[in-house]
Amino acid sequence: MQQAGSNKRTVAKLSLIVFGMFGFGFALVPLYDLLCEITGLGGDTGGQYAYDPATQQTDTSRLVRVNFVTNTNGGMPWKFWSEKGGVRVHPGELKEVNFYVTNTTDRVMVGKAVPSLVPISATEYFHKTECFCFERQLLQPGETMEMPMRFIVGSELPKNVESLSLSYALFDVTDFADEKELAAAGSISG
Amino acid sequence: MSEVVETHAGHDDHDHHGPDKGLARWLFTTNHKDIGTLYLWFSFAMFLIGGMMALVIRAELFEPGLQFVAPEFFNQMTTNHGLIMVFGAVMPAFVGLANWLIPMMVGAPDMALPRMNNLSFWILPFAFGIMISTLFMEGGGPNFGWTFYAPLSTTYAPDSVTYFIFAVHLMGASSIMGSINVIATILNMRAPGMTLMKMPLFVWTWLITAYLLLAVMPVLAGVVTMMLFDIHFGTSFFNAAGGGDPVMFQHIFWFFGHPEVYIMILPAFGVVSQIIPTFARKPLFGYDSMVYAVASIAFLSFIVWAHHMFTVGMPLAGQLFFMYATMLIAVPTGVKVFNWISTMWRGSMTFETPMLFAIAFVILFTIGGFSGLMLAITPADYQYHDTYFVVAHFHYVLVPGAIFSIIAAVYYWLPKWCGRMYDETLGKIHFWLSFIGVNVTFFPQHFSGLAGMPRRIPDYALQFADFNMLSSIGAFIFGFSQVFFMFVVIHAITRGKKATDRVWDGAHGLEWTLPSPAPYHSFTHPPKVSDAEAHS
Repeated sequence: MQQAGSNKRTVAKLSLIVFGMFGFGFALVPLYDLLCEITGLGGDTGGQYAYDPATQQTDTSRLVRVNFVTNTNGGMPWKFWSEKGGVRVHPGELKEVNFYVTNTTDRVMVGKAVPSLVPISATEYFHKTECFCFERQLLQPGETMEMPMRFIVGSELPKNVESLSLSYALFDVTDFADEKELAAAGSISG
Repeated sequence: MSEVVETHAGHDDHDHHGPDKGLARWLFTTNHKDIGTLYLWFSFAMFLIGGMMALVIRAELFEPGLQFVAPEFFNQMTTNHGLIMVFGAVMPAFVGLANWLIPMMVGAPDMALPRMNNLSFWILPFAFGIMISTLFMEGGGPNFGWTFYAPLSTTYAPDSVTYFIFAVHLMGASSIMGSINVIATILNMRAPGMTLMKMPLFVWTWLITAYLLLAVMPVLAGVVTMMLFDIHFGTSFFNAAGGGDPVMFQHIFWFFGHPEVYIMILPAFGVVSQIIPTFARKPLFGYDSMVYAVASIAFLSFIVWAHHMFTVGMPLAGQLFFMYATMLIAVPTGVKVFNWISTMWRGSMTFETPMLFAIAFVILFTIGGFSGLMLAITPADYQYHDTYFVVAHFHYVLVPGAIFSIIAAVYYWLPKWCGRMYDETLGKIHFWLSFIGVNVTFFPQHFSGLAGMPRRIPDYALQFADFNMLSSIGAFIFGFSQVFFMFVVIHAITRGKKATDRVWDGAHGLEWTLPSPAPYHSFTHPPKVSDAEAHS
C-alpha cells in the first residue's frame, strides 16, 4: 500500500510539470513579443511616438539614408508603392514620406502593412509619429489611397549606422475584418 | 506471495499464472514484458514503413530529373519519413526497451503504473493510423517537412493537417504517460540496496530522458494547438497579417525540437554503456562522470535551440550565445566517448554482434557529432543551412547512432527475452551489410551538401548526380539488410539455440540473474543487490 501511495504522489508531482510546461508553451508567446519589443528583434519599430519638438535636437552634421521597401504578401493583389525609394535625413529631423495603395480588385478589401527595420541595432532609434501601419486600410474596388508616414531618426543613433532600410509587407486581412464594417463599406459603394 | 505483489490491488489473480491466451493477452495486458514486446514490434513495423518512404525518396533521387513520383508526393514522403522515424520508430523502440529492461534492472516486479502502460502503448497504433491515412486523403498528407514550419503547415497546409495535429497530440500523450511511468518505476520501485548511483546506466539515461520528455512534449502539444487555433479559429499566433510571427513558430518548435533530439540519443548512450563493458570484460570506466555528462547534456539541450535557425535573423549576441552553448555540448559528449574507449582499453575484447554495433555506434556517432560542431559555427552554418550536409549530419547521429544502439540492444538482450540465441554468423552478416550500407548512403551526402545541394527537393543539378546515385545504392543495401534483420530475429526466436541464464560471460546486472527466457513475472520478491551486480 505504501508503494501505491508513493506512486500517486509521484504521478501528481510529474503531472504538475506537464501542465506547467503546456502553460509555458503558451507563455512563450507574450514572452517572445516582450523580448522583441525590448530588443527590437525582428525589426519591430514599436507604436506611435509622441513628438515633442523641444526635446529634439537636429544633428545637421550627419546625414542618414533611409530606404523604403514595399512588398505585398503572397496572394495580396493590391498595388503598394512609396513616392520615393529613399530619403536622406539629419538625425532628429521630422520627415514625411507618402505611400500609396490601390485596390486592384472588384471587391471591398482590407489590408494591413507590417513594418520591419534593419539593422536591428537601429530599431530603438527609429520613431514614427504617424504611420498607416498603426491601422488597417479598407479600400473600395479600384480605390487608391495616399498614406503619409512621418518619422524621426533619433539623434542618439549609433555612429556606425549610415543607412536604414524600412520594409513594409502588405497583407490581405479581409478575412479578419468585422463583417458589419465590410457590409457598411459595401453599401456605400453600392 | 510477498507484500510487493499484494500492493497491486485487483491484480492479485494475474500474478499467479502466465499470460492470457490469444489476442486478449495483447489487448489487455498490463505486463511490462508484453508491453515491451508490443512497443518493439510496433516500432519495427514503423521502421519498415518509414524505410519504404526513404526508399521512394532515394529511388527518385537515383538520377536527376523526375522519374517515379510527383514533387507533391515527394514532399509527403520526406515529411512522413521524418515523422514516422522520429515518433514511430526510434522513440517507441526506446520505450519498448525501457519497459522490458528497467523493471528487471532495478529489481521491480513490473512498471509502477501497469494500466497506464497499456494505454500509452495502445494509443500509438491509432495515432499513426490517423497520420498515415492522411496520405490517402484528397489533397494528400503532411507535406511541410517534419518540422512543420508555419505558415507552410497553417496557411498553405493541405486540409488533412487537422488529422496530423490530432495524431501529434496522441503521440505526445503516449510519450508523457510512458515517461511518468518510467520515472515512477525508477524512483519508487528499486530493490533495497539499489541506490541511484548504483543503477545501470541504461536506467540513468532513461530517467533523464523521461524528464526531458515531460518538459518538452507539452510544449509540442502547445505549438500544434496554436496551429489548430490559427487554422480553424481565426487566431494569429503565426500569421503576420494578424499581428503574429511565423519566426515564433520556429522558436517554440525548436524549444521542443532540440531536447527531442537528445531524447532520441540519451537512451542510446545507456545501451552502449551496458554493452561495451560486457564484451570488454571490464567495468564501465568513469561511471559517475557518465551520469554527470548525461545530466549536463540534458540541461544544455534547453539552451541551444536557436542554432537550428541562425539564418532567420538574430542579433550578433544571440548568434554568439547559441554558437558557444552548442559547442559546449561537445565537452560532456567527449567525456562519454572517452569513457567508452577507456572501457575498451586493455579489455579482453570479443566482437559478438552487439559489440560490433556498439563500437560502430561510438565511431559513427562521433562523426555525426563532429559534423554537428561544424554546423554550430554560425558563419559556416549560413553555407550549410538546409543542404544535404545537414541531412548527412543528423542521419549519422540517428541511424548509426540511435538505430544502431537499438539493434545492438535487441541482439544483446534477445536471448534474455526469448531464451534463445541468435545465429552469430547471420548477425555478423547483418552488421556488415548495415555498416557498409549506412556509410555508402550518408557519407557522400556530406560532399553533395558542401557543394550546395539543397535538402527536400525531388530533382537536382547534374553535378550532384554521382554522389546521389551512390547514396541511393547504399540506401537500398541498408534498407534490405533491415528486412534481413527481421529474418535473423525470427530465426532466433523460433530456431535459436537455448541461451544460458547469464548469456554473456562478461554480463553484469540484475536482469542476468533471472532465468532465460525471463519468467512472465520476475522479482516478485525484491532481490538482494550485490555490488557485483550493480553498475554494469
